[in-house]
Amino acid sequence: MGLITVVLCGAMLLFGTADFPGWGDPQSPASSHVSPYYIEKSIPQTSVPNIVTAVLADYRGYDTMFETTVIFTAGIACFFLLRIQRKEPEIRYYRHIPTGITLRVEKGAKLPEDSKVFERIDTLYTPHDLIIKTTARLVIPFLLIFALYVITHGHYGPGGGFQGGVILGAAIILFAISYDLRSASRKLSERAAALLSAAGVFIYAGTGAFCLLLASNFLDYGALASILGVDPVTARSHGILIVEIGVGATVMAVMVWIYYNLSSRGKHDEGL
Amino acid sequence: MDDILFILISKYNYWGYIILMMVGLYAMIIKKNLVKKIIGMSIMQTAIIFFYVSIGVKKNATIPIITRGHNNAADIVRAADYINPLPHVLMLTAIVVAVATLGVALALAIKVYRHYDTLEEDEIHDFLKNQAK
Amino acid sequence: MIWQLDFIILTLVIISGIAAISIRDLLSAAALFGAYSFMMCLLWAIMGAVDVAFTEASVGAGISTVLFVAAVFRTTRRSKD
Repeated sequence: MGLITVVLCGAMLLFGTADFPGWGDPQSPASSHVSPYYIEKSIPQTSVPNIVTAVLADYRGYDTMFETTVIFTAGIACFFLLRIQRKEPEIRYYRHIPTGITLRVEKGAKLPEDSKVFERIDTLYTPHDLIIKTTARLVIPFLLIFALYVITHGHYGPGGGFQGGVILGAAIILFAISYDLRSASRKLSERAAALLSAAGVFIYAGTGAFCLLLASNFLDYGALASILGVDPVTARSHGILIVEIGVGATVMAVMVWIYYNLSSRGKHDEGL
Repeated sequence: MDDILFILISKYNYWGYIILMMVGLYAMIIKKNLVKKIIGMSIMQTAIIFFYVSIGVKKNATIPIITRGHNNAADIVRAADYINPLPHVLMLTAIVVAVATLGVALALAIKVYRHYDTLEEDEIHDFLKNQAK
Repeated sequence: MIWQLDFIILTLVIISGIAAISIRDLLSAAALFGAYSFMMCLLWAIMGAVDVAFTEASVGAGISTVLFVAAVFRTTRRSKD
């Protein structure tokens, strides 16, 4: 029954494509009204060669601000759905190192964190894997540097705030997968991720409001020329850079936060 | 006959988009497992993004990044030389919204599993019906 | 824009999309979804949308697949259809 619905819907859509312009037509209605203006005026007005970044962060900056808010809301929604506060008396697993793989189960009390003889392991214990840990340790610094390169070079090549932020988040998730979730939580705790995501949205909206304070329109970066001391065209380019940094920070923090909540079912004590 | 063949060859991106969207719609309606439905939703989202990107293609045009000559002023930039950048901008927003929706949908699936101990839609339905009696 | 390459990758996209929803093991479905996402990224790179392809490569084939595997790991792996 559902198959008939799907086939019927597909047939109606196919019938509707008879009126569409052919593929690759330069005179099609999608390419004739606003976009020649963006292509021709991008360098004289903003001096940014990557047209997509210029349109995304400057000409259509209002949309991007609300998109950043949408990502932040998704992080908050995931947090509220899954997070459980831990009740203290529960079973913890420890492993006695000198005598090999001796597993011990205790209830309630816990052993000291930095004892040299016992280490804490997860419920589904995977053994210490040297290859994955060493490879991840070698790759992660290069991933972080590449992500920062992508964020700051969004003006001259493909890239920008979103792509760099996602790669930053992916580097931290790689660290959380190859080691365990608790050591990743020590490096970037949940509270730091939440605060960082809010700070990203604040940077974006704050730049717009700052332009309001300088007697210009909201998100009109040309007004920053008096603060930065350059002509208005370069000021727009710098305004785009500041805004991309805010977007990258929010995206990174929300990706890490969603991973923390999903992979530990909300309890934040054991991961993949 | 020649006309139909011409339509088939010159517009095959629309055909690809319609087939993909129908695959996604089929998965969302017919399949009973929740994770399969979420995969179908994601397939539908990427199919729509494919449609929008394929609208902006122009023949013999290059990617929308302006490279400068040796002097610092750019040469005359003709709009017919570069691909339409406007659908790319809209689709960047769409991709990021898609991944945010995916995160929330998977969180909901985990919560459903925690409550009912199953991910199949008909078992959850029977459970709710028995609970209502 | 070479149309032969376009056609081949479009066929691969449709095949991996159909396979991702009809396989029974959920972990394999997540892996096939990662392959589908990467093929879409190649398709958009051929059409000239380099920014969109970059975003889809990092988001779809990176974060999205990891989130799926994390969710499947925390729930069950079998599915009835």
